[in-house]
Amino acid sequence: MSDLPAGLTRERGLHLLREMLRIRQFEDRCAELYGAGHIRGFLHLCDGEEAIAVGVMQALGSGDAVVSTYREHGHALARHMDMGRVMAELYGKRSGCSGGRGGSMHLFDVATRFYGGNAIVGGGLPLAVGLALAEHMRGSRNLAACFFGEGAVAEGEFHESMNLAALWHLPVLFVCENNLYAMGTALARSESQTDIQAKAAAYGVRAAAVDGMDVFAVEAAVRDAAEYARRGCGPVLLEMRTYRFRAHSMFDAQLYRDKAEVEEWRQRGPIIRLTTGLKAAGLMTEDDFQRLLREADSEVQAAVDFAGAAEWEPVEDLVRHVCAEVSS
Amino acid sequence: MNESVRISYREAVKQAIRAALHDDPRAFLMGEDVGRYGGCFAVSKGLLEEFGEQRIRDTPLSESAFVGAGIGAALGGMRPIVEVMTVNFSLLALDQIVNTAATLCHMSGGQFPVPVVIRMATGAGRQLAAQHSHSLEAWYAHVPGLRVVEPATIDDARRMLRAALACPDPVIVFEPISLYNMEGEVTDAASSVPLEGARVHRAGRDVTLVTYGAGLWRCVTAAEELAALGLEAEIVDLRSLRPLDDTTIMDSVRRTRRVVIVDEGWRSGSLAAEITTRIVEQAFYDLDAPVARVCTEEVPIPYPKHLEDAALPGPARIVSAVRRLVGDGQ
Repeated sequence: MSDLPAGLTRERGLHLLREMLRIRQFEDRCAELYGAGHIRGFLHLCDGEEAIAVGVMQALGSGDAVVSTYREHGHALARHMDMGRVMAELYGKRSGCSGGRGGSMHLFDVATRFYGGNAIVGGGLPLAVGLALAEHMRGSRNLAACFFGEGAVAEGEFHESMNLAALWHLPVLFVCENNLYAMGTALARSESQTDIQAKAAAYGVRAAAVDGMDVFAVEAAVRDAAEYARRGCGPVLLEMRTYRFRAHSMFDAQLYRDKAEVEEWRQRGPIIRLTTGLKAAGLMTEDDFQRLLREADSEVQAAVDFAGAAEWEPVEDLVRHVCAEVSS
Repeated sequence: MNESVRISYREAVKQAIRAALHDDPRAFLMGEDVGRYGGCFAVSKGLLEEFGEQRIRDTPLSESAFVGAGIGAALGGMRPIVEVMTVNFSLLALDQIVNTAATLCHMSGGQFPVPVVIRMATGAGRQLAAQHSHSLEAWYAHVPGLRVVEPATIDDARRMLRAALACPDPVIVFEPISLYNMEGEVTDAASSVPLEGARVHRAGRDVTLVTYGAGLWRCVTAAEELAALGLEAEIVDLRSLRPLDDTTIMDSVRRTRRVVIVDEGWRSGSLAAEITTRIVEQAFYDLDAPVARVCTEEVPIPYPKHLEDAALPGPARIVSAVRRLVGDGQ
């Protein structure tokens, strides 16, 4: 567990841990709130995958665009969208980050250039290619980061997007969160070639596999990839190897994997790993850790309070937002 | 400039694209064979030389990716004109059009409107057989969040694109494949036309023909034959298929008290079905006869010309439908 980067400061280490704990504590609370009926519909939790969200967002700039999937609470929080508005969105309240219209799978935020929450597997990839095309045509140095799971690599939209982004040398950072299961189908049960980076490389996309449980490895890989993309060299795909500790959604009985496998991955989880590493290096005490937990819980509680107190949108507004209300 | 100029529908669309690219640096065209080839229907011939490869972009045969990229570029502040060669191939991009373009504004609580224009050729009439002859406008017109238009005249072909590009929502522009060679006059290219709203193409007192796209010209032919029989048909060119202009339709129906809807889509679940229902809902007591429909026969479009002609809602079938309505000898 002594894989901390050389020269890591206590401040930096605690910052990254805090960022991941915010997500973990938020989502643990989401599971409770789902049980209590405050959150409905589909709820996909990302615990185990926090290092990817945090590592990627640490390396992106505020001008970069982000396209995400239906498992995007971590991405949104790591992008520093307001936690209260994210929770209000999960409640379906008017003050949610999507006005309550989207719910858990469709978090949006114009201020942080967060383009959702796409719940069609693979559907976000062409969108990211287009966002990158806009940056490219304007001559900016911004890029588009696109999250998707390994299940998406079976979709035609993955292959079409790899080709188009590489053909036009567009600044897209494709972040594949490979958690080994597309709902309940293991990668090897659905892919003839299970090496995802090899698929991207076949299109001329620079590609690498990264230990997605190591927040430092993720951040370093993304910084390097982002620089490459910003220089106009073309797209990069990073295959983040990870695991989700919880079920696919709240309706998943997890008949497709062993409890022992889940437990083994839990022991390699990004938060345990960083916590252990920081303590072993003498950069953090148990008291520090407990303080971070309390801070995270307190932010989550404030978000829950905000969401609970928020108003419902009046039914009279039902057909709003089908079309734009202001001319662009 | 009010001088009228005689040009083809193809040339009208090209002039519209050229004007858009001149007027707005954010506008660009992308699609299969739009650049080096000059467009499958020669609409964009010469534009690559004029505007360069950044703004006239040849794409791979990846409808989902380049339509999605158009949506993304629109979100990113550009004004893309995406050409999907024909409606038949647009089915490969349905996910992006229906699941993304049509939903983002709503799902984001109004934060992300999608100002993309997606052009595609539509319809039959050139013996291209079942996979190249679809009229699926009704599918797109079914979807909240999309706007659907179909210019049927040279003037609209020349001027509606500007209105589409000015619209903050995704606009699907259908161009009838059988009209590209049609010639007509552009009265005033610089003036603007609204994106929405139907138009009375021909005034008449005896029956209303409601139609769109290539159907307009089938109705014009039918109206001339009917005039020879002493029946004056009013023709309503819908122009916009979503939203539909109920007011113009009902005003005409109330005047003529008889209506035939002429629709190149198949009858079941068609735009004609929707329009019929609206007329029944809004003008039932103004009718002197049941609403009639002339649609494409429920068969994939066959290759031989005589069978293709028989499948389509041609002038003879329109004339018969009108004569049945007025109880004229049939």
